[in-house]
Amino acid sequence: MIRVLVRGFGELLVTAGALVLLFLVWQLVWTDVVADRAQTRTTDALEQQWDAAAEGDRPQVVAEVDAPEAGAVVADLPSDVVAVLRVPRFGEDYVRPVLEGTGELVLQDGVGHYDGAALPGEVGNFAIAGHRTTWGAPFNPIADLVDGDAVVVETAEQFHVYRVASTEIVLPTDVRVIAPVPSRPGEEPTEAWLTMTSCHPMFSARERYVVHALLESSTPRADGPPVALQAAGVG
Amino acid sequence: MYGAVWRLLPGPLAIRLVVALLLLLAVVTACFLWLFPAVAPYVPFNQQTVEESTP
Repeated sequence: MIRVLVRGFGELLVTAGALVLLFLVWQLVWTDVVADRAQTRTTDALEQQWDAAAEGDRPQVVAEVDAPEAGAVVADLPSDVVAVLRVPRFGEDYVRPVLEGTGELVLQDGVGHYDGAALPGEVGNFAIAGHRTTWGAPFNPIADLVDGDAVVVETAEQFHVYRVASTEIVLPTDVRVIAPVPSRPGEEPTEAWLTMTSCHPMFSARERYVVHALLESSTPRADGPPVALQAAGVG
Repeated sequence: MYGAVWRLLPGPLAIRLVVALLLLLAVVTACFLWLFPAVAPYVPFNQQTVEESTP
């Protein structure tokens, strides 16, 4: 009897250990692979849709024929896509979708835009959050960013180029970093900022790694990728 | 526990092995699809935002 109980307990412990290992495999490898693929699909579909819309704007093109195709592309998109993010420092082919909201499910599908924060290129603070590990880890190399690095935000109409101005490590409760004027809550904004937040240290929720960037230029999307991207070989 | 499962499986060794593998696969699939996504929000490296009070 006692032997049976002891053996059963031992098997339970072994099972628990195997489950924990399996969870780590799922969290560290599986979510990354799945989310990476999904996020790439989102940006691809989005750019196609924007290109199609731009084509449609030109008067000489008869848009009716393309309409069903464009509709099919839309079906692939998660709701509320705000923009497409490119960071040359993160790699030439680094492209991630920015979605509305910073809920846990949103951040599994891409970079999240804080509710109520300014929109791309707007005066105020375009504040975004992203995973640094797991779920495609869009902000994995965030600590590689140095002052002057370009962060490019592409919308349906424009390319916005921001330049990194400062980085800091703060407590998770430090919401002043996403204020319209970063670190000065309550002040009236006169400049267009971009703020990225992610966890710090990696695999921990103890602090947040924060990067602030200032808008350098906004150019029409029709004019093609800005110099900051061309230098990196994108576009 | 596992011994009892093994004894419950029908057929010769080969069949038992196959069924046992299928059972294992079913458990792993269930974990990946439902259990782990449900647990993920509670592990400490899945919070990226700054908030008034941390959840």
